[in-house]
Amino acid sequence: MASITLHNLGKLYAGGSRAVGDVNLDIADGEFIVLVGPSGCGKSTLLRMVAGLEEISEGEVRIGDRVVNKLEPAERDIAMVFQNYALYPHMSVRQNLAYGLKNRGTPKAEIERRVNEAAEILQIGPFLDRKPRALSGGQRQRVAMGRAIVREPAAFLFDEPLSNLDAKLRVAMRLEIKQLQKRLATTSIYVTHDQLEAMTLADRLVVLNGGKVEQIGTPLEVYRRPASAFVAGFIGSPAMNLIDSRAVPHLPGTAHAGMVGIRPEDLTLAPDGPIEMQVLAIEELGAQRLVHGTTGGEKLTIALPPEGSIPDSLRLSYRPDALHLFDRKTGKRIN
Amino acid sequence: MIENRPGLHLAAHLLLIFGVCVVALPVWVAFVASTHGPTAFMSGTIPMWPGPHLVENYSRMLDSGLSTSGTPAVGHMMMNSLIMAMCIAVGKIVISVTSAFAIVYFRFPFRGLAFWCIFVTLMLPVEVRIVPTFQVVADLGMLNSYAGLTIPLIASATATFLFRQVFLTIPDELTEAARIDGAGPMKFFRDILLPLSRTNIAALFVILFIYGWNQYLWPLLITTSADYYTIVAGIRRMADAVDGLPQWHLVMATAMLAMIPPVLVVIFMQRLFVKGLVETEK
Repeated sequence: MASITLHNLGKLYAGGSRAVGDVNLDIADGEFIVLVGPSGCGKSTLLRMVAGLEEISEGEVRIGDRVVNKLEPAERDIAMVFQNYALYPHMSVRQNLAYGLKNRGTPKAEIERRVNEAAEILQIGPFLDRKPRALSGGQRQRVAMGRAIVREPAAFLFDEPLSNLDAKLRVAMRLEIKQLQKRLATTSIYVTHDQLEAMTLADRLVVLNGGKVEQIGTPLEVYRRPASAFVAGFIGSPAMNLIDSRAVPHLPGTAHAGMVGIRPEDLTLAPDGPIEMQVLAIEELGAQRLVHGTTGGEKLTIALPPEGSIPDSLRLSYRPDALHLFDRKTGKRIN
Repeated sequence: MIENRPGLHLAAHLLLIFGVCVVALPVWVAFVASTHGPTAFMSGTIPMWPGPHLVENYSRMLDSGLSTSGTPAVGHMMMNSLIMAMCIAVGKIVISVTSAFAIVYFRFPFRGLAFWCIFVTLMLPVEVRIVPTFQVVADLGMLNSYAGLTIPLIASATATFLFRQVFLTIPDELTEAARIDGAGPMKFFRDILLPLSRTNIAALFVILFIYGWNQYLWPLLITTSADYYTIVAGIRRMADAVDGLPQWHLVMATAMLAMIPPVLVVIFMQRLFVKGLVETEK
């Protein structure tokens, strides 16, 4: 158990291109941090710098009260779960779990105890003597997590661990990871590009874009008050509508902003509402109905209850506090 | 392709049977020859069915050999060949697996150059560099020794290249997981890389064993003492009768005996061999 501190962390590649810059983050003991962003935003690089798989070119990483910049991955007291599981194909599940402990010279009886304990937590007891190739994707993922658990590390690092699973299993495993992390109370850093995964798992979210931190906050903070137009468009599903303010000049209080953001679920039907929308397409989701259209040449999506029929043209209203205003140039929030 | 046409099946089988005959006929002739007496081949017609002298010919070759040609008993030459083939196969595998490990997993200066230097030796087989190699071996006093028979043949670009390709297919994440699990380079090599390339090692062993067993020119050149004659070179010495006709029945018996070890290696390692060549999942 330990806190993790990233101080001015950055990664420069030999060619001079910058993958990550100026990341400052204090992770409390037992906290679940999710790094989220589109592909190429540097989130994996950041995680790999914490793990010690990528050299740190600027700043420092502390785990507990040790600066670990120069330490080998094995010496950092962390455990990592990889996207493709990275199980040793020629070893049985039991050997996979025990390998790291064996290398550290843990006594046999202790290894046995920890392996059995992890197997029980993850319900992989029946597979302990099978090879990874004889397991399903979900079972392999559990074994990969088991390998992390038996180490009893200061921190878990997850690198998109659910990306290779099918949608249904992903939701189930997501919940399991959450429960597991709460139960073990181990500090965790989790990388994903899936904003839903990020929202549901995180104690705090770190939204990254182009190697820079856009916003750090609890899922609800980030959802309710996105710090930039990028975060606004990235977090939340269906995505927030971002409209050029010139397309809706009649909305009060928006004149000085470049971009107006409003979530699809904050728009309601109102016969005399200020926004007029031409309907282009309707998506039925069962519990919700998404209506896509345009207003003043800008795309607009609204989420409505699935009742009644939708005419070709709608008038919409909103609560004044549901408007998010962003600067046109910097994309930063201004209200 | 799945087709169900009897005519096609028949044609395919006929073709295959024909192919088998073409390959097997010389072996059959050699076997038949080894069962006849010394005069059977002088008459001008080659017998096609086994004769009565099988036990006599084979026991003579295993027992004393063909003393007129100066070769020792077949058993002794087979042992020499076995030692040579094993040393070449094991030596080549050990050297190439470690050099491929160095080239793939370590960042050292001139790494690319090192790889290309090894690769270029593909173009320099023993036959091409035979005179300078002979000079070096002679100067080192390795004529008429097992070291002289094997060492010049051990350096191998093909095997290094093969292992390099095998190692490149092993996902980086596996290497990283091992690093996090606290496995140092040598531990990673022993615990992860070697077991994962087990089938490739077996496949290569089969190929290299046969390569070593079939060596002809090099052993012929550097062995002058009968103690170090190998079986393949020995057969040539037997066929090379000075005055008089070659004793074909005995030469063929030796050839049949010389075939046994490579055949055994292939039979017993066939499963691993095929797996090593076709397996892709890591």
